[in-house]
Amino acid sequence: MKPSAFDYVRPLSLDEAMEQLAIDPFESKVLSGGQSLIPMMNFRLARPERLIDINRVPGLEGIVPGQDRVTIGARTRHLAVQNTGLQGPLGSLLRTAAAQVGHLPIRTRGTFGGSIAHCDAASEWCLVARLLDAEMTVRSTRGERTIPAADFFQAIFTTAMEPDEILTSISLPALDDHHVTGIAEFARRAGDFAIVAATAAVKIEDGVVTRARVCLGGVSEVPWRSQAAESALLGSAWSAGAVAEAAAAAADEVDPPSDSHGDADYRRDLVRALLPRALNTAGAGS
Amino acid sequence: MTRSTVPVRLYVNGDRYDIDIEPRRTLADALREDCALTGTHLGCEHGVCGACTVLLDGQPVRACLMFAVQAEGASVRTVEGLAPDEETLHPVQKAFWEHHGLQCGFCTPGFLTLVTGYLEEHPEAQEDELRDVLSSNLCRCTGYQNIVTATMSAAEEMRG
Ligand SMILES: Cc1cc2nc3c(=O)[nH]c(=O)nc-3n(C[C@H](O)[C@H](O)[C@H](O)COP(=O)(O)OP(=O)(O)OC[C@H]3O[C@@H](n4cnc5c(N)ncnc54)[C@H](O)[C@@H]3O)c2cc1C
Ligand code: FES
Ligand code: FES
Repeated sequence: MKPSAFDYVRPLSLDEAMEQLAIDPFESKVLSGGQSLIPMMNFRLARPERLIDINRVPGLEGIVPGQDRVTIGARTRHLAVQNTGLQGPLGSLLRTAAAQVGHLPIRTRGTFGGSIAHCDAASEWCLVARLLDAEMTVRSTRGERTIPAADFFQAIFTTAMEPDEILTSISLPALDDHHVTGIAEFARRAGDFAIVAATAAVKIEDGVVTRARVCLGGVSEVPWRSQAAESALLGSAWSAGAVAEAAAAAADEVDPPSDSHGDADYRRDLVRALLPRALNTAGAGS
Repeated sequence: MTRSTVPVRLYVNGDRYDIDIEPRRTLADALREDCALTGTHLGCEHGVCGACTVLLDGQPVRACLMFAVQAEGASVRTVEGLAPDEETLHPVQKAFWEHHGLQCGFCTPGFLTLVTGYLEEHPEAQEDELRDVLSSNLCRCTGYQNIVTATMSAAEEMRG
């Protein structure tokens, strides 16, 4: 189908974008990579009256490493994340995750921040953001605020952003070299949204897990931090067996939806299988 | 509801097109309807099939998931712009021809632009990597094997 008619606005600065959005926030949409919004418009699931295209707003792209945190501009394309030279366990997590977002022609346009603003429960970037307690910086003509991931993702396609706010950047903690990170997912076809995805960042010092973060996608409306898996891992001796136990704990803890892509038990099985794959301990002896 | 049109200047395959379109016109529709370049096909209109793939500043994109107004100032390359002249096929086109990389041909423009865009940037790409790239697009006829063979052969020829 074809999208319904809209007024197109192409601001050349962030101030102008915020002013344009403030004119009629409830009938307007921000257009970033367009890889989720335009399909919805083509199907008329979304019919915004006005589109505020932020593709020519300067200062919204790039990955900037800082002392303790790494800041990613909202309009950084998935492909730029996939090609980042960022060192360490965070860089490797970002590259592995990016390679699983859709296909190449989606990654050339789609953006990191667009994915987070869109808030799909199986999206790689929403998972990574929730995993690492990302902080989202949003701006409007009313000012700027920073929203932690725990509050940001509220329900399917629903975030804590107000309609007049623009997501400008996302900051993630720079993980030191004691961390092991990874992401693994299962989809029926290459490039599809995952049915279930698992991502983890585990800190290991002298063979013992001193910090564990585990986040699952496809098991609830929003990315799910698995406390069961995290507490199973914390303090344990790092081994394939410990990861398998954590995965089993996570599978018991979640209450996944059943739909045409897979029923709840199937999703629990996927959790059990995918967490060890994410941490690269699958198939290893305990 | 009809809204007023806006003037848009597109550069496609090195030619300039001054067109008047509504902002809701996708790049794919503008190429087909306003520039009369019907080589770009439309299958699903939601980014899944890849029939509409074109190169935007050298990078493969879904022309159904961009508005034509957004392509202003960029260089667009479609399947019509791959061959160097009327008589000569692009190495990727030639390889698809020689290795039967198509049957009905509906998906072919998308595969040709996808593969050309990727190989021009990554001439050293190996089979695993190219299979991953090819997974971007759908073909309902060939079973993909000949598309893989054609792509490998084009890669070799383009490496020279
Ligand atoms: C075939 C296909 C396969 C895909 N597979 C995957 C996949 O496997 N995993 C995955 O995660 N995604 C997948 N996607 C979606 C893709 O990653 C999108 O790029 C992403 O979901 C949205 O980012 P965008 O930049 O394209 O945003 P847009 O489509 O431009 O916007 C999406 C929504 O976010 C809002 N928005 C965007 N940017 C901002 C901002 N800066 N401030 C405020 N609001 C904003 C928009 O108003 C809109 O409501 C796929 C898409 C397609 C077409
Ligand atoms: S028509 Fe654009 S991807 Fe199918
Ligand atoms: S040749 Fe018919 S769809 Fe590919």
